Amino acid sequence: MEFDSKRDYPLGRRRPDLVTTPAGLRQEEVTLDALRAGTVDGDDVRATAETIERQAAVALAAGRKPLAENLLRAAELASVPADTVLEIYTALRPRRATAAELEAWADRLERELAAPRTAAFVREALAVYAHRGLLAVDERSPAQV
Amino acid sequence: MNEVPRRSERFVAREARELRKELLISPWPELGLVAFAGPNDPRPELVVEDGHVTRIDGRGADQFDVIDHFLALHGLDLDAAAEAASLTDEELARGLVDVDVPREKLVRLSRGLTPARLARVVAMLDPVELMFALKKLRARRRPANQAHVTNLKENPALLAADAAEAAARGFAEVETTVGVARYAPLNSVAILVGSQTGRPGVLTQCAVEERRNLQLAIQGLVTYAETLSVYGTEPVFVDGDDTPWSKALLAAAYASRGVKVRFTSGGGSEALMGHAEGKSMLYLEARCLATIRAAGSQGVQNGSISCVALALSVPGGTREILAENVLAAWLDLEVASGNDAIASHSEIRKTAKLMGQFLPGTDFVTSGYSVMPRRDNTFGGGNYDADDLDEWLTVQRDWQVDGGIEPVGEEDLLEVRRRAARAVQAVFAAFGFPGVSDEEVEAATHGSDSRALPDRDRAADVAAGDRVLAERISGVDVAVALADAGFADVAEAVLGMQRQRIAADYLQTSAIIAPDGTVEAAVNDPNQYSGPGTGYRLEGDRWARLSSLPHELDPRALGNGHDASAPPVLVELAEAERGDSRREVVIGVGPAFGDGLLETIDGLGHEEVLAAVVAGAREAGAEPRLVRVRRTSDVAFIAHDAAGLSGSGVGVGLQSKGTAVIHRADLQPLDNLELFGMAPLLTLDSYRAIGRNAAGYAVGEPVGPVPTELDNFARAKLIVTTTLLHARETAAIVPNAPAVEVTLA
Repeated sequence: MEFDSKRDYPLGRRRPDLVTTPAGLRQEEVTLDALRAGTVDGDDVRATAETIERQAAVALAAGRKPLAENLLRAAELASVPADTVLEIYTALRPRRATAAELEAWADRLERELAAPRTAAFVREALAVYAHRGLLAVDERSPAQV
Repeated sequence: MNEVPRRSERFVAREARELRKELLISPWPELGLVAFAGPNDPRPELVVEDGHVTRIDGRGADQFDVIDHFLALHGLDLDAAAEAASLTDEELARGLVDVDVPREKLVRLSRGLTPARLARVVAMLDPVELMFALKKLRARRRPANQAHVTNLKENPALLAADAAEAAARGFAEVETTVGVARYAPLNSVAILVGSQTGRPGVLTQCAVEERRNLQLAIQGLVTYAETLSVYGTEPVFVDGDDTPWSKALLAAAYASRGVKVRFTSGGGSEALMGHAEGKSMLYLEARCLATIRAAGSQGVQNGSISCVALALSVPGGTREILAENVLAAWLDLEVASGNDAIASHSEIRKTAKLMGQFLPGTDFVTSGYSVMPRRDNTFGGGNYDADDLDEWLTVQRDWQVDGGIEPVGEEDLLEVRRRAARAVQAVFAAFGFPGVSDEEVEAATHGSDSRALPDRDRAADVAAGDRVLAERISGVDVAVALADAGFADVAEAVLGMQRQRIAADYLQTSAIIAPDGTVEAAVNDPNQYSGPGTGYRLEGDRWARLSSLPHELDPRALGNGHDASAPPVLVELAEAERGDSRREVVIGVGPAFGDGLLETIDGLGHEEVLAAVVAGAREAGAEPRLVRVRRTSDVAFIAHDAAGLSGSGVGVGLQSKGTAVIHRADLQPLDNLELFGMAPLLTLDSYRAIGRNAAGYAVGEPVGPVPTELDNFARAKLIVTTTLLHARETAAIVPNAPAVEVTLA
């Protein structure tokens, strides 16, 4: 059955068929016995990118566009290693990254990490940071560049 | 010699009150110390050219600061802006308090309003209108509450016990933090285990630095975060080491790991941090809230939060804070409405402020009710704490309002606290962490605060905390450990929280989790209040639960000296006749006096009371005679009837509860010679003096009134007992029956 973003919330109750761990386990398969048997990894008990995208669709259907966009970025980041996510966060903090460094992150998000929305978000920040003096100053002198 | 001018003792006394520890200041708008309408608050403005926002609130795109840029790109719905542009401020403000204008429409319009317009419209509402708007605009139908659980010793047994108590009391979220950052993993484990022991489904968080917090979430040890602070001016935002983009990215990072995210903002923070740019608290908060919505947060913790005392220092501060909450709700954000940091030294003042959120109900009435005594609250919070619980529950009961806290009896609480402490003891043992002793379990169960707990080896504890991260001990590992130790239901609840992460339903606006695992959010349980009889109403089972406090008494079961089986102390004789002795004082008692009721409200035996009045009358030269007035329970009429039977025309009336009147036959019934209404303060000596005075009136001696005391609280303390005693006296009335002679048995 097709997912209906207006009717299928909460997914855990209404569409248990659609929600699984990244390894494909359904909620009811995550049991104490399965954990003891070692068939479930603790770090794997989490939402997939698809599930978070469906939550974004639910948010959008409820009229919450920015929340939906945030969840779509979250869906992209779901498969990005946590350390990498935190590096991107740090780069977006004030005067942490040069224009080139932010562009490099955007490029990597787009090409390597399959995260085009997040890439666009970083590029958008780059333009604003340039306007507001929030980029890191390149330590090399212009002559060296 | 100059004399020191004499002070008013009343002014001096008021200066010594707790309230006066706080400064009240006149506005200083240039520093942002103004609640509404700062001199630099811009006029609302929104210009859109070719589908792009080119001016916001007095600034063109080339002058935009980082917040304006963010709002121009993410914070304004241009269709809604066009619709809102056709409405006046008055029309928008009226809509906020009009039951016939649906929330959906108001929320849609809010998306097209700039911060200056949002602030200007909401500032038009008076306090009651603000409360009504908040009730109408709250995202989730049912209000809830959040608890703080911390202690100075970071003792895991006490954290677990307090988290369990919070959960058992119905808190939907439990927040902890750390004194020492390396404790975060252990504290997270303790409140996870504790909360799920108390009630499955409680969301938990540990307020620590972002990287650590994210790691705890990845390991399934916490489920929400509200540490993402936002400020209303660019310099303060940057001083906070963030931008709207970095905060939004962080929000996405949390959501990507299944963490419910709530931002934090609050009026006064910009002034405190030195860059308010001459703008008002409400306007700057409007900028924060617009940014938070634009960043895609489902909700916000707002309403001045830790700056509450600063907002309260300026005129209109309490109203401004409420206006902040209304703005957040109008923008469709989940609202955790402060009331966590201490607002005032004055119990009156802080509770007056609380009512703004308490009566309308918010998604979380407090963003941290201190379940433990304030001294253990390491957030520096504890505006309301363990000692205030009965007051909170009583005020809920008084107003028939759901403030999100449930009454639980002492035995049940001791059991749940002990169980949680035992559960965390088992988990620590399973992972080889420093042991939790039985002594700690018992102290955590029964003690008031961490002083009752023995000191732990803190170096060993933080090393165990490091192991949680290094070995990636996760929520499912905790569940298995609990199951192995025989805590099957707690294990299942902890596992249930891990399963919640798979569906991630709690990422939606205003999500909380019911004990059966059902997520209740604004999506599936929206607030659709549209007037009386609609929306969330505290009634039925929930009202029964919140209204029956453990110390509530069944009035039918109250004794109050009533003992139907006890033998009467008075014997009734023949019908009373009028006496003819000029020295006579007739002492009339009420229908139940000494027969059914045996003592006064203060516990004096009726026999002794009567003996005292008789002795007093005799020693002053009168001839006392006892009658029972049966036709009325009213003390004035009892006394007047007695006076009518008295040869001297002077009588005394005594109600069973002890109230006494000296009367004279020629006076109107509701007039009297002396009235002793303060029955709880009357002693046997008082009754003796009443007898003497009655005799004095009878024999014509000069009489000074019996000295009486005044206790202004007697009524508050005893009015229920008074009512019950009087009801028994009234029930003993024999209609139209004549008075009868009585004698002490």
